[in-house]
Amino acid sequence: MTTATSTLTPHQYLEAQVRWRTIEIVFWLAALLPFVVTPSYLVLASQIAITALFALSLDLILGYAGIVSLGHAAFFGFGAYTAGIVSKWGWGEPLTGLLLAGIAAGLLGYLLSFVIARFRHLALIMITLGFGLLLLEAANSASWLTGGADGLQGVHMWPLLGYFQFDLWGITSYWYALIILFLFFLVSRRLINSPFGLALRGIRENAVRMRAIGAESRPHIRKIYTIAAFMAGVAGAILTQTTETVSLGVLDFQRSADILVILILGGTGRLYGGLIGAIIYLIARDQFSGINPQYWYFPIGVLLIVVVLFLPNGILGGLSEIVYSARGQRWLGWLTQPPRRGKRL
Amino acid sequence: MSTPVLATRGLDKSFGSLVVARNIEIALPQGVRYALIGPNGAGKTTLINLMTGMLRPDAGQIMLGDADITALGPEERVRRGLVRTFQINSLFPHLNPLEAVTLVICERDKIARTFWRTTADYRAAIDEASSILNSLMLGPVCYRETRHLAYGQQRLLEIALALATKPKVLLLDEPAAGVPREESPELFTAINSLSQDITILFIEHDMELVFRLASRIIVMVGGAILLEGTPPEIAADPRVREVYLGGAQHG
Repeated sequence: MTTATSTLTPHQYLEAQVRWRTIEIVFWLAALLPFVVTPSYLVLASQIAITALFALSLDLILGYAGIVSLGHAAFFGFGAYTAGIVSKWGWGEPLTGLLLAGIAAGLLGYLLSFVIARFRHLALIMITLGFGLLLLEAANSASWLTGGADGLQGVHMWPLLGYFQFDLWGITSYWYALIILFLFFLVSRRLINSPFGLALRGIRENAVRMRAIGAESRPHIRKIYTIAAFMAGVAGAILTQTTETVSLGVLDFQRSADILVILILGGTGRLYGGLIGAIIYLIARDQFSGINPQYWYFPIGVLLIVVVLFLPNGILGGLSEIVYSARGQRWLGWLTQPPRRGKRL
Repeated sequence: MSTPVLATRGLDKSFGSLVVARNIEIALPQGVRYALIGPNGAGKTTLINLMTGMLRPDAGQIMLGDADITALGPEERVRRGLVRTFQINSLFPHLNPLEAVTLVICERDKIARTFWRTTADYRAAIDEASSILNSLMLGPVCYRETRHLAYGQQRLLEIALALATKPKVLLLDEPAAGVPREESPELFTAINSLSQDITILFIEHDMELVFRLASRIIVMVGGAILLEGTPPEIAADPRVREVYLGGAQHG
């Protein structure tokens, strides 16, 4: 990489960081493939897109700002219930429902961020874990509002934009989830390439030094935590809207743990890590549970151990090491470059 | 004489029964290069920690210009121009020097909160970062991740980060500590060519560096200031020879 970049001026170098690479364009075009290649798997594809958005929101706080969380499902679930309850009360318009769910989860995240910004590492794990369990119990006991253990009944969504009905095959669902995911991906991509994104990485790398250069970390942490909570809430809302039901599972500890596993599997601090992790995890779960419905966690466990042992930076970290090696650059370098003008893909 | 840029009045600090600072009185005029020397455990780093707000004094005052900064936190002191480097590198391992210095400039100019524009859009900040890096001979390695830099280059990056805050007073805690012999001339040149507007106080054990760089020297022993003077005065003082340089005679 050094040989390729050493001739650039600092401006060119930083501008090159922002530019779209060929592999990214390939990735997003490939996201359209399920429509034609595996049309019977569109429901799974929309689950993947929702999980990917959820993982992306966790990556912003964990991968970029270094804030550990074992209770991220709190915001996912809060968004899911908000979207469900809004619809149950008679407002089934999807986009405004999505926005309301995002705002509700974002507000919750903003309030919690004042506590989060004061702690790091192990203390954060305990706080986020505790908060997640607290919210789960609250939802369980407030059954007049949430339906408790029976789940929220009576969620009904109006057609998207007044025209596209959510269908059984998941065509509308996948379009919907994929477009929302892509929009939030664009926002996240812009965010991490901004001065704010740079400051977040500074906090992750050395919070003590941030003080010694005159920077206050806490306002940054509060801001990114709120944004991440908003995104997680939107992800939860899409799940509610596309399945027209909400169960306590959206707030479960298992969901917080799964999303952490997905992100670590894919690779933290790379934006695409959560997306790749979601794809691999959910497809693996789908396949393994088809083979053996009872013990499908076993191969997942093996997969996780293998990845952590041999690819400490996740699947994407391992791949990028191969691609950025001297030989990798010779064969695959074009993938990591912006597509050349005039040259057809 | 004009007001000193940085001054301490009757600074005291102890950890339990161990006194680490006893009635410290220092006044640094603008643009002067001060060396702070003394045997291990004399309280040199403690004094820097007190001045930068990492530690709270038990008694006394710290003045930056005319302002009493004793009660301010470390971040606020940095924003007012009192900046330090660390004896043990405290850097951002996975950022490259260009990103790290740009980060400092963005924080200083209050643009680190914007997330809708890319860093590349802030051309002035990037120009400033690369000119600081070039002045410290870090230009050629500015895209290499900090953790992969040579140790001497990391020491220079410590100084680069501090310079990017536009300091009035720079406190260097053993800038040459651990730097291999062949890399130390670069470090000397870098420190020697820092702007004369910046007041510098540095701790250093390498006496050659101290006598070449410092215009005045403060000697600390046992948490108190023994004396202050020009390099020739310090070199000639029998008390200094006894407590500090004296080891050679007895050895």
